[in-house]
Amino acid sequence: MSEEDKTDKIAQDHLSDPSRRSLLKGAGLMGAAAVGAAATGNVIAADSPPKENSFKTSVHSEALEVLTAVEAETLESICDCLIPSDEDGPGAKEARAVHYIDKSLASHNLSVRQNYMISLSAINDFSREVGGDVFYRLDRQHQNSILEAVEANEVPGLVPSAADFFSMVRSHTIDGTFCDPYYGGNRNFVGWDLLRYPGIRLGASEADVLKGSRLAPTHKSAYDHDTYTKLAGDIDTSGASSVGGG
Amino acid sequence: MATRLAKTDVVIVGMGATGGVAALPLTNAGLKVIGLEAGGWLSPRDFAPDELRNGSRNWPQSIQKAAQEAPTVRPSSDKESKQGGHPMMNAVGGTSMHYWAQSWRLNPWDFSVVTETRNRYGVDRIPSGSTVEDWPFGYDELEPYYEKIEYTVGVSGQAGNLQGKKISGGNIFEGERRRDYPMKPLRSSPFTTQMDTAARRLNWDPFQGPAAITTELFDGRPPCQYHGFCNKGGCHVQAKSSTAVTAIPKALDTGNLEVVTFARVTEIVVDDSGRVSGVNYLKGNESFFQPAEVVLLASYAYENVRLLQLSKSPAFPNGLANNSGQVGRHYFSHHQGAPVTALFERDLHNWYGLPAQGVAIDNWADDNFDHSQLNFIGGANLWVHTDRRPISAAKMSTFGKTSSAWGSDWKSFIMKNADRTNTAYIQKTTLPYESNFLDLDPVVKDSIGLPVTRITAQYHENEKRIAAYAQDKMEQWYKEAGAIEVIKHGLGHAMEASTHAYGGARMGLNAETNVVNQWGFAHEVPNLGVLGAAVMGTSGSRNPTLTAQALAWRTAEHLVSSWQSIAG
Repeated sequence: MSEEDKTDKIAQDHLSDPSRRSLLKGAGLMGAAAVGAAATGNVIAADSPPKENSFKTSVHSEALEVLTAVEAETLESICDCLIPSDEDGPGAKEARAVHYIDKSLASHNLSVRQNYMISLSAINDFSREVGGDVFYRLDRQHQNSILEAVEANEVPGLVPSAADFFSMVRSHTIDGTFCDPYYGGNRNFVGWDLLRYPGIRLGASEADVLKGSRLAPTHKSAYDHDTYTKLAGDIDTSGASSVGGG
Repeated sequence: MATRLAKTDVVIVGMGATGGVAALPLTNAGLKVIGLEAGGWLSPRDFAPDELRNGSRNWPQSIQKAAQEAPTVRPSSDKESKQGGHPMMNAVGGTSMHYWAQSWRLNPWDFSVVTETRNRYGVDRIPSGSTVEDWPFGYDELEPYYEKIEYTVGVSGQAGNLQGKKISGGNIFEGERRRDYPMKPLRSSPFTTQMDTAARRLNWDPFQGPAAITTELFDGRPPCQYHGFCNKGGCHVQAKSSTAVTAIPKALDTGNLEVVTFARVTEIVVDDSGRVSGVNYLKGNESFFQPAEVVLLASYAYENVRLLQLSKSPAFPNGLANNSGQVGRHYFSHHQGAPVTALFERDLHNWYGLPAQGVAIDNWADDNFDHSQLNFIGGANLWVHTDRRPISAAKMSTFGKTSSAWGSDWKSFIMKNADRTNTAYIQKTTLPYESNFLDLDPVVKDSIGLPVTRITAQYHENEKRIAAYAQDKMEQWYKEAGAIEVIKHGLGHAMEASTHAYGGARMGLNAETNVVNQWGFAHEVPNLGVLGAAVMGTSGSRNPTLTAQALAWRTAEHLVSSWQSIAG
């Protein structure tokens, strides 16, 4: 076995058997990290069929965990304006950025949940005033000009301000389009493909780096790797539910 | 009522980058050590290559003790303070679990800024209002301890000054080292080669910086796999030389270290004679008193200083070891801001890189260049690296090349340029000033009702002039390497809570201007030691961890050799 093969072998051993020295004496697993989105009240099933678009992504399995149906429709249209499906390929809609944001409002973005409720409502009020209908029923040109007004801080009633809300939604839409698909966005890896990011790898050789964006995409979530699943297969789950230790 | 535990030789508060290191020489010498750690143990399975989890979800830091006691910040005493963040994490191994792992030695100039400046340029070149002092010793004193850390935890790099011999490809400005690094540096990449070549065309001296990351099989740990999630992420193969996988397991192997996790230290306790007798801590709903002969504070700089300030007693009414009024003084956050961002015409091949894989330029750092005609002292280390992940790539600047930051034109721009930008990391000499300090916030409390730290600090002209000078050099370098656009960001103002926080318990011979002596023990409390960058009086223009670790080892070794006089 060459020196290189040997270190590869050791790396592999560490990857596949983290319970070795890696867990350290007396460490014990920290148990399952709570990364699943917490269930909340207000769960409304999304059953309105997608309108006037050609995307093929299934939305049938998506519950709305936080947003109302009208809020979700509004936000979906905003995401679509921000990272549109166009001749260059799919965008935030196909990536299901709205699904990601909805789930995130029940977990790590919980603190801005109210900002979304109030601001999406204010955007629809403004849309009715200037366009005669709610945001998501206006044509794209109208939608874009309303979003430009939001970005320029010219629309009343948003919190903490129209410009700040815009900047936050833009950031969350990017998160939802380019995150690990585990979180409900970047569906079918459309975000990573869009950037020509070749995907999660547990290691990259110099040859891989040389190929760079021309590498074949892996199309794997981090959590498709056993290394990071929450419980190792060889753990007796009957007694593994207690969190903590150490 | 606190449960009184059995007395131990040494209590270390914090099992992070410095506490973890100090435990090893103590336990090797047979001393019984209890390490109190506010976090728990983490394993490689906890470090998924997940940008959202490391960045936006702020895992696992967001729920931790450090997050519940984040300092407040204000630029000066006449301004309102606002809530800041806390950049560190609690875990066995501390922030060395997920840091960038750049592991520099300071350069000799950094130890004697006052003397060197006086001799070369005149004493009036020390910026007014600065409280900078020479260290109580020079680089040569710390050199053997740097070597111990490099070989104990595992640091990779290329020597630039081996026993006086200058070596191209290493940092020719570094102090003389007795031994080479134990491992070769992280590998080069198409981008680092591009930048290295450009720097050589400018007649600069580029080199691959040192990293506490394995590049070959080291002490049973495999080499770096270059998977690209090192930034704010722990290592899935333990290639990052955190103390949790290096010094701490070795100390546990001696049988003389006990690590207590989820222990929240609230007070350092003093007896009637003014000596430290132990510490109080909470674990869950229970409170404990852990008596000890000697206490070593090894939290992060903010918490080390806060624990001193919170620990008031009849002997120390203004906080422990603070009858001189020096606790919290001489504080500074490293000036790491004012970056420069560049756009290139071709892909840079950085999807599988890391912050510690890069190219450094030290020609404009410290006093490596003539300052006679300049209006500042010190300088900056220029660093370009290969770190890139998809969310942050999509949030890139568009360099004014699109009319909007969203929509089809913008989308087309990021599709084309996701792998074509780079942002330089520029660390600058930062000095302590009379007007910059840490104290207890009069209003804001942590989750158990104790006051949080208040940072009152801002950068002064010296730091901003270095920033402007370094940005010009960086722009020159990027353009030489083929950049088609360059953006220079703002020069910086307020010193926010930082991953590089220094001072507050400064080390020095003069007990009237320093909290700890040349060995790291408090001038006013002989059996209390302080570890970490809180004792450092200058920053240099490079990451502090290796220096803090070398100092910690030295303090621990001194404790062993002077046990009778210190423990009494």
